[in-house]
Amino acid sequence: MATQKALTLLDTTVGKKAALAVSGVILFGFVIGHMLGNLQVMLGAEAYNAYASGIKSKPLLLWGVRTVLVAALLVHTVIVLELYGKTIAARPVAYKVKKHIATSYAAMMMKYTGPVLLVYIIFHIAHFTYPGVSFGDYDPIAGDVYANFVNAFRIPWVVAVYVIANLMLGMHLYHGAFSMLQSVGLSHPRYNNRVKNIARGLAFLVTAGNVLLPLTVFLGLAK
Amino acid sequence: MARSMNLVLNVWRQKNAKDQGRFVRYDAKAINDHMSFLEMLDVVNEDLAHKGEEPIAFDHDCREGICGSCGMVINGVPHGPAKSTTACQLHMRLFKDGDEITIEPWRAGAFPVVRDLVVDRSALDRIIQAGGYVSVRAGAAPEANSLPVPKLDSDQAFDAATCIGCGACVASCPNASAALFTAAKISHLALLPQGGPERTDRVRKMVAQMDAEGFGHCSSHKECEAVCPKDISISFIAKMNRELITAMSVAPNEIKSRSKG
Repeated sequence: MATQKALTLLDTTVGKKAALAVSGVILFGFVIGHMLGNLQVMLGAEAYNAYASGIKSKPLLLWGVRTVLVAALLVHTVIVLELYGKTIAARPVAYKVKKHIATSYAAMMMKYTGPVLLVYIIFHIAHFTYPGVSFGDYDPIAGDVYANFVNAFRIPWVVAVYVIANLMLGMHLYHGAFSMLQSVGLSHPRYNNRVKNIARGLAFLVTAGNVLLPLTVFLGLAK
Repeated sequence: MARSMNLVLNVWRQKNAKDQGRFVRYDAKAINDHMSFLEMLDVVNEDLAHKGEEPIAFDHDCREGICGSCGMVINGVPHGPAKSTTACQLHMRLFKDGDEITIEPWRAGAFPVVRDLVVDRSALDRIIQAGGYVSVRAGAAPEANSLPVPKLDSDQAFDAATCIGCGACVASCPNASAALFTAAKISHLALLPQGGPERTDRVRKMVAQMDAEGFGHCSSHKECEAVCPKDISISFIAKMNRELITAMSVAPNEIKSRSKG
């Protein structure tokens, strides 16, 4: 018999899923705020730059939030890798014929949307925050986030990358919104449908807003 | 009028746990549509026995859909295409002449193949042994009014207790998770007063055993619920999660991690 140790919540698959849910809800909350904040780009250069410098003027808040987000992302990633390893081992021989009769496309795609989003997050931070990269014939200007935004989204392939990545984010959130409630045990026959619809509605709004953002330049909503 | 049909079967044949295993094609001839799926296999087996070949091994017992013995993946769906139905209660009238049917055993690391379509499901028994009981003398049915149980609780406990432990939830889950089985067993006792005293230990021990057996985690695909012959809801999985999170934070004593087998 293997050496036995006292079990903690995080030793169990149930606890790992709960941690995945908690880190997920933090990231979910952030993308809502991120989407709403950036929609201000449609208010024009002055408002958008003021919003950006407003955030920069509160370094404690900025770095506090950044720390929490990085921690959440790390937890989310490490736990998924742990669980994924277990899942591979849990079915060593695959079925020849297997039908999926209940699951959603979004749920089946989680294992692809997750890694894609991780790469996208790194790309996105490198693109706009640190160090700030130009993919076209312009120089990123520190402090003028409006100009950087408009210049970046004049390039069709950049727009395409952002639109595709955010559609993937939408799918990820669609399944995650339901699954995280289940993982922490928030299920009640009277409220299930309502809560699920709210969660999925939020996922839809985030996606709609985030897909609109890179298209604003083409649509003439930001110039 | 009974219809007669001819079918082609692709059946997983595996001599023992060590054998590699392979699919073998069989013709199932003159199958009466009133037969059950297992009776169809009986006909094929009789034919094989006459030819001096080894019959296809599969688990079965009551053939009434209540014992949980039978189970095989039929054309990619555990227990086959009929909802809320075990393989033994699956009627051949759902198939038509000329159909090709692929039959596989439950696939999970925790369910090693014993032979052909028979898998070893004692991992589920060990989850029960870990805590799926009450440590009191059960005796005869008590006087009904001596231990009041709210109607909703008793209904839900009954819904959970209908689990026959067939393992279709594991077989259908993309992660080969036994969450639905374990959740049903934990919930039916957690909902009743008799299960109260051991509630916090039970959930921790059973989840620890479930993990030790090498089942995957739940990722809310709902495939288990869709194939469950007893229609057990994944809301019980949420209940198990709630039970465990609560137990881990309130229970005074520690639980040891468990080993497989």
